[in-house]
Amino acid sequence: MTHVTPDVPSRASEQGSRHHMKIELTVDGAKVSDDVEPRMLLVQYLREKLGKTGTVIGCDTSNCGACTVHLDGTSVKSCNVLAVQADGGEVTTIEGLAQGGELHPVQQAFHECHALQCGFCTPGMIMQSIDLLNDNPAPTEQEVREGIEGNLCRCTGYQNIVKAVQRAAGAPSGEGVTL
Amino acid sequence: MTATQDAPATQPEIGRERRRKEDQRLITGRTRWTDNIVLPGMLHMAMVRSPFAHARITSIDTSAAKASRNVVTVITGADVAEEQGALPNAWPITPDQVTPAHPPVAVDRVTFAGEIVAVVVARTAAEARDAAELVDVEYDELPAALDLKAAAADEVLAHPDLGTNKSALWVFDSAQAGTGGDVEEAIAKARDGGVVIEREYRQQRLIPAFMEPRSVVVDPTGEQITMWSATQIPHILRFLLAAVLGVSESKIRVIAPDVGGGFGGKLQTTPEEFISMVIARRLGKPVKYTETRSESLMAAHHGRDQWQKLTLAAEADGTVTGLKVELLADLGSYVSLVGGGVPVLGAFMFNAIYKFPAYHFACQTVLTNKVWTDAYRGAGRPEATYAIERLMSELAAELGVDPLEIREKNWITHEEFPFTTVAGLEYDSGNYEAATAKAKEMFGYDELRAEQLRRREAGDPVQLGIGISTFTEMCGLAPSRVLGSLDYGAGGWEHASVRMLPTGKVEVITGASAHGQGHETAFSQIVADRLGVPFEDVEVLHGDTQIAHKGLDTYGSRSLVVGGEALVKAADKVIEKAKPIAAHLLEASVDDIEFSAGRFGVRGTDQGLGIAEIALATFAAHNLPDGVEPSLDSDATYDPVNFNYPHGTHLCAMEVDTETGQVSMRKYVCVDDIGNVINPLIVAGQVHGGLAQGIAQALFEEAVHDESGTLVSASFVDYLVPTAADLISFEVDHTTTPSLTNTLGTKGVGEAGTIASTPAVVNAVVDAVRHLGVTDIQMPCTPERVWRAVNGAGRGGSDPTTGDAAPHFGGAEANQHSDAADTADRTDGAGQ
Repeated sequence: MTHVTPDVPSRASEQGSRHHMKIELTVDGAKVSDDVEPRMLLVQYLREKLGKTGTVIGCDTSNCGACTVHLDGTSVKSCNVLAVQADGGEVTTIEGLAQGGELHPVQQAFHECHALQCGFCTPGMIMQSIDLLNDNPAPTEQEVREGIEGNLCRCTGYQNIVKAVQRAAGAPSGEGVTL
Repeated sequence: MTATQDAPATQPEIGRERRRKEDQRLITGRTRWTDNIVLPGMLHMAMVRSPFAHARITSIDTSAAKASRNVVTVITGADVAEEQGALPNAWPITPDQVTPAHPPVAVDRVTFAGEIVAVVVARTAAEARDAAELVDVEYDELPAALDLKAAAADEVLAHPDLGTNKSALWVFDSAQAGTGGDVEEAIAKARDGGVVIEREYRQQRLIPAFMEPRSVVVDPTGEQITMWSATQIPHILRFLLAAVLGVSESKIRVIAPDVGGGFGGKLQTTPEEFISMVIARRLGKPVKYTETRSESLMAAHHGRDQWQKLTLAAEADGTVTGLKVELLADLGSYVSLVGGGVPVLGAFMFNAIYKFPAYHFACQTVLTNKVWTDAYRGAGRPEATYAIERLMSELAAELGVDPLEIREKNWITHEEFPFTTVAGLEYDSGNYEAATAKAKEMFGYDELRAEQLRRREAGDPVQLGIGISTFTEMCGLAPSRVLGSLDYGAGGWEHASVRMLPTGKVEVITGASAHGQGHETAFSQIVADRLGVPFEDVEVLHGDTQIAHKGLDTYGSRSLVVGGEALVKAADKVIEKAKPIAAHLLEASVDDIEFSAGRFGVRGTDQGLGIAEIALATFAAHNLPDGVEPSLDSDATYDPVNFNYPHGTHLCAMEVDTETGQVSMRKYVCVDDIGNVINPLIVAGQVHGGLAQGIAQALFEEAVHDESGTLVSASFVDYLVPTAADLISFEVDHTTTPSLTNTLGTKGVGEAGTIASTPAVVNAVVDAVRHLGVTDIQMPCTPERVWRAVNGAGRGGSDPTTGDAAPHFGGAEANQHSDAADTADRTDGAGQ
């Protein structure tokens, strides 16, 4: 049988408890271990147990992408992952992105291109954009649009987000006329 | 971390592309959303909501929920009936408006699916939600008023005790008002030798769908009760909480921390806010409630939702002579804070940029068993602009002329400003010719028309359509006296404070409460220029009634044009206050003091003092002239003399696959004129986002209820907020015709893109298939609707989703609305 997720039931029995399970993971470079309810979502764990409120919840259906973080280097919607599934993994959130006070190039590009307004979708959008650029370092406009399709933004009309992702990729920053 | 490519500090701040101050916290995850707030001993609430659109509550058994793990209490409407009061209605548009009392928690009857019937309070949010499942409510389902036209005919009553669903009838007639001629005469004349265009348009129900769900935290444990809320209106909210709950305003502090979008959707005093106050006070502990997305879509207010019946009269050469508008507006089950007046805002904009001489507007607001409607980006103006811009294009088609030509023939020319419209507004400035000429060139209008012709002649399965919207809107709400004349419950002024701190930094306080618009940046630019201080030295504070102690908040594109002007006035007062101090310190005459670029100089000398030096001197106060108060700060409150009227020309090219009904946007060009621009970067962002929302109404979004009144589109799976892949990059430019109603010369921009784009897109879609006999497609123009329109066209109907042609409204004798009963068999798109 193929394992697609961590072996949740056996760990539960190891702990001898149906209500809580032990997990160990690295979040933004710091090791944490905890006892969590099996039903706790990764986003709840980050927000409620670790106080990492940079990651936010925008919907119940994993459509909006506001909760996107990196798990072992790949973007995941943290409302769609149980905390126990992240056991043993490495999680990066928006709060762990800037290193030594230096913004990540995608964060910097979002600022420079005015790729955010209210900012609620922004952490998830930035995490998704980084993953997109990891897969495709020089995306076309259409590839950017399709690459961030799982993240909703209600403020920007996406235009400046697309521009920011392309700028971070080193592409000429869209020449569009600004008002 | 603030490295940008901004130009050196010597150039004026106004007009400069400043990167936003707000961004640093937002891009690093250090934002303070309401749901991030954690207080010691804080309890969590979950709402039990009605699954029925209309039902009597026969019993509520809370015992299992109360016995559940870590549940503190469960509260029903009956439990809090004495404390909860009724939610306020701030805009009764007529003295006899029918306004059902709106309890925050339903007591014995529910009136829409999603209404709160009980509240569970527990130690954690998850436990509260678990226990909410255990509340056993028995309902006796009642017939629900769901269809707007049927509801207008009182076929089924949303509130049986009221005896009618008709809430208010509001009428404007240009002949009666003395602003124009008689519309019936104009129509009669047009029928005899001219052209009459009659159409019925549906403004589907939309959901603002801000990205941050609403959230509220109340802490009653201090000297004051503090409420954090994801609201657009902290000041209005504090006043209304105090008034409804009988608590002194000074005992309530409302904080709108970072707020994740609003679009009018957070312009409410919500049941959840009142409930949080009542429960926190009762328990003496902090409580939090954060809605889920499905709760947000179901139970936060909706927008639009009108049927419009329109009659446009014109002479044979296309000169428009009159417009008659009859509206039915769905208010939902209660009359919300300002929702009753939203159609009235639209009443003033149906004539748009045109100077036709006769106008009649009648609006019947109607109660139904759906969640209430209220302001949604543009509030009334998108509905009006859609109607007139669709009609002008239909008139052009009827006469076989270019739709731009019809507009040119009828618009107010640049020389004619200021111009008093047939609806009685005075437009201060505008230049429709310039914006249109620029847009036409950017768009490549003639080339695209040629391509359209080629495709038609070739019988290409994918046809090209070109849509036009030449719009104006009324924004910057607004002169308090005018709002009073419309029975609006608040004024339109705004307040600002400018405080020079001893170090020379500037603290700015505004009553405008931001939710993504960039107030901190734009307002810093205004003050930096005015006081001649560095942009970085200005700190803008807002959104906390304890700090920004008065204000009227943010909606209707009013922050910059009203709040920004208040800042100018406050800064000017600071300069005036500093002049005698400078004169005293420099031993010069006040008359010889000149202020420029942050320095008070003595005329004709090289002597002078910087504003920071004056600030320090007023703080130390060791040597001030007699009668001058220490400290260098000032307040100003600005009430504008008029609204302002941004305008623009939007051109859209759409490709329509006649075989599948699929539509796709090929090109979108807009040239907006918002007068002087403070920050071009912020303005472009506002335009992009506005366009996306207007395009979404044209093509994607619709709040759909099933036949029992359940919201089918209650998740982002079903409510189609456009994704990046659904949109294209827009070509955005501007012309500049300064507003004459504020010294900044600026006009609002937040709603312009939304208002203008919806008709531009639908005009393009219809234009693409007009040669196949299609004259209308109701919104949203889904592939199915487009396909049906194309395929039904040959059989004599253009769009089967359009209401039938029978009269639905009372017309000039507008009190009779009961003939809407004839039309109950209409399809309104539900379930499609």
